[in-house]
Amino acid sequence: MAPHGEAPTNVPVDAYERERVANTRPSAWRNPQPGGPYQLAIVGAGPAGMVAAELAASLGVRVALIERNAIGGVNLETGSVPSKTLIRTSRIYADMRDAQHYGASVPDSVNVDFAAAMERVRSIRARLSRNDSAQRLAAAGVDVYFGEARFVTGNMLAVDGQRLGFRKALIATGARPHIPDIPGLAQAGYLTNDNVFDLTELPRRLLVIGGGPLGCEHAQAFCRLGAQTTIVQDKPLFLGQEERDAAQILSEAFARDGIEVRLNTTALAVRVASGTKLVDLVSDDYRNTIGVDAILTGAGRRPNVEGLNLAAVGIDCDPGGRIRVDDFLRTGNANIHAAGDVCLQSSFVDTAAASARIAVQNALLRRAHRWSEVVIPSCTYTDPEIARVGLSVREANERGIPVKTFTIPMHEIDRAVADSETAGFVKVHLRERTDRILGATIVARHAGDMINGITLAMVAGFGLRRLSHVLHAYPTQADAIRQAADAYNRTRLTPRVRARLLRRIQS
Amino acid sequence: MTQLSPADEGLLDQLQRAAFDYFPQAMNPRNGLVTDNSRADSPVSIAVVGFALAAYPIAVERGWMPRDAAVKRILSALRFFRDSDQSGAAAATGFKGFYYHFLDVKAGTRVWQSELSMVDTALLIGGMLAASQYFDADSPDESELRTVVDLLYRRVDWRWAQDGADTIRQGWKPECGFLHYGWEGYSEAILLYTLALGSPTHPIARECYGKWTLTYQWENLYDIDCLYAGPLFIHQFSHAWIDFRGIGDEFMREKRSDYFENSRRAVCIQREYARRNPREFAGYADDCWGLSACDGPSDERADMQNERRRLYGYAARSVPYGPDDGTLSAPCVLASLPFAPEVVMRSLRAALERYPEVLSEGRLASGFNPTVADANGRPWVSAGHYGLDQGIVLLMTENHRRETIWRLMRENPYIRAGLRAAGFRGGWLRQSTIGGAR
Repeated sequence: MAPHGEAPTNVPVDAYERERVANTRPSAWRNPQPGGPYQLAIVGAGPAGMVAAELAASLGVRVALIERNAIGGVNLETGSVPSKTLIRTSRIYADMRDAQHYGASVPDSVNVDFAAAMERVRSIRARLSRNDSAQRLAAAGVDVYFGEARFVTGNMLAVDGQRLGFRKALIATGARPHIPDIPGLAQAGYLTNDNVFDLTELPRRLLVIGGGPLGCEHAQAFCRLGAQTTIVQDKPLFLGQEERDAAQILSEAFARDGIEVRLNTTALAVRVASGTKLVDLVSDDYRNTIGVDAILTGAGRRPNVEGLNLAAVGIDCDPGGRIRVDDFLRTGNANIHAAGDVCLQSSFVDTAAASARIAVQNALLRRAHRWSEVVIPSCTYTDPEIARVGLSVREANERGIPVKTFTIPMHEIDRAVADSETAGFVKVHLRERTDRILGATIVARHAGDMINGITLAMVAGFGLRRLSHVLHAYPTQADAIRQAADAYNRTRLTPRVRARLLRRIQS
Repeated sequence: MTQLSPADEGLLDQLQRAAFDYFPQAMNPRNGLVTDNSRADSPVSIAVVGFALAAYPIAVERGWMPRDAAVKRILSALRFFRDSDQSGAAAATGFKGFYYHFLDVKAGTRVWQSELSMVDTALLIGGMLAASQYFDADSPDESELRTVVDLLYRRVDWRWAQDGADTIRQGWKPECGFLHYGWEGYSEAILLYTLALGSPTHPIARECYGKWTLTYQWENLYDIDCLYAGPLFIHQFSHAWIDFRGIGDEFMREKRSDYFENSRRAVCIQREYARRNPREFAGYADDCWGLSACDGPSDERADMQNERRRLYGYAARSVPYGPDDGTLSAPCVLASLPFAPEVVMRSLRAALERYPEVLSEGRLASGFNPTVADANGRPWVSAGHYGLDQGIVLLMTENHRRETIWRLMRENPYIRAGLRAAGFRGGWLRQSTIGGAR
């Protein structure tokens, strides 16, 4: 992928980077020669493409995997893994500064070693790249091609001039940051999540444009690492997909961290003066200009569909540029499926992988798995984390499903109190007058781990009543889920039920 | 209705009278406008004017003010609004029948670059309708009062305030058009929707109300089922005007509850929160609660853009997720009187006993904070008084004791039409109007 705006600084080509590149884009790689049509050709070797290739290979079919850049895609290279790695370091610094809160003494000086934090990112990226290596895929029976792919016909791909025949194809080319059209931004230079992890020096002042999950995660991490951070969001709330209370708790956490938050605010123009990037902001009728050293943007995603020659093979895209697929993840061409960010609304690694499994099974095994039936959890890795699964209350209301939410604030949970991590809640949304779980939202320091219990219950078809019989280790924060189940059970003890039980006890 | 003890009745008489006295004291007799608070240089809040207009019928009923004096004051406010600059210019008074939130007390023109406020206009119109329902004599003044109220209500272009969206926008400024606060979920806007649906001239579409209720959250919190909203004032402001006992919209019918019962439960949740006191603030107890919009101590620093703040000044405080900085509102406790009379009287007496500073000139201060105490252990107390606090205290206490405003509004055809259009059924809405509200 081409670097955006300024190429940040040069990534040190250390042992870690050499290992990662050797795994994900080996320089001496020679593309194989196709011996006849492949049963499955996959375009794009990000999380979706890799899962698809491994699944196909394990089924014993002849599979080609074509990547124009490096194996691992957004996940390893620029997305989830590096950001979570850096978030971990930023939490350590936040905890050190907050030590008093835990009855510990604050270290005399907390100096952030940004270079060390970034070295750790590269080390972990390299370590995980071993799982994503071209060699390992080849050994598993996948024909790995590096090059630009283009559809020639509904049964033929060209990869840098080489022709690959296929029976079925899967498009998993992912998405890239969408850069807002702000005059002067390109000239001033900016960071995206594609290149922010290549920084070697911490920007003293950072402006994050976009208050979605990635923008919020990055703003908090860089602020905790010592950057004076401002976040600008053109909507009235953060995290538009989440409920109001989640955004409220996060606002408070941001205020504690010292992030300057500018909601309902648009960046109008950027210019550079004496090495400082000056950004004009407008919020309703209030205009001002802030000076920063770096701008991080590109929170929205734009699907990678250019150059694939999709129209020629009968594949069309929606107005957002996403490939149109049906509920079986089939594109407009019956031979070609799509998976991951290139066709889905959500851009999560687990979602991409799940869609790839469904697409491969539907394509190769003529199964009819529906994407709409998949229960999808997601998490924003701020502190506290915000995780959700299934329907939100709003979505349920819009579908005419009466909904009731069982809410347990984290301050009710012994372990959260012991951990001094009482900001947050578990909310389980049920169909009214039943115990059927429609969805859940969890805000807690480890909400991403906690949501899995609810996802499991939803997939297994367990109601909330049954969850109250599942002992949760005590004391854990996940015990909040069992407490929600207990709260549900107490609502079943109506006066009539109580009278009946009393009669039984007394008889 | 629970019987209050003679001592309680005496205390309420005193608090109601003092609350009413705020309005004549804070009023500019030339234009009938009332200031937001009692501090020097306070601008007019149009919502406070709405409460003042509803306060006069109570004062006449209770013998605190002669009828003609009340009519005179109301008329001066109504004439001011009728003749005010409705051009929507930056220094006008209003636009499309709505008014800017804050006005200059002398000129009645916009100050602080405030927004054209839909919900505050609704509170103002609510007061106008209550007054017009009460002053039903055939005298020239009272006829004029009713005519002008009708004109002012009919000229509000509620449909414009939708801005083509599913729900009503919350604000508008000449500098930038409609504002986007992203308020979602249950709020004090039921009065706004009722007035907007009941309008004979510019009603919003019926679907609008349903679209708004789609954002509701029905929650079981601390073992209490409640239509959730964090700050207590949300559970009170529409109730100052509308008697929600026994009537319900589609949402409440499905939940087998009503908005009045819901406010009672909101009080229970406040008490449970205060008893648990997760942030360990001084004073919180199940008889010391009341997180709402109120004045509080502030550690804002003028020289900093986004400093770490511990104290929020004037803010809507909320349970159970905050903001909560240890500040409580005694007025919002008393304004819960109709919902939980015994609990409210017990809590009010406890607050006055423990923190007598909360009462000055016989009125409740907007907020107090026992965590931010002085060297003698006395809590921080908000200086002066706020019109919204005195208004909500006066109206809700009156509704509990004599149903004065509820009775007037139950008879109002616009309110009835608006509630019906929103899907409200049952209770007093089944009966036809009796005519003659008193």
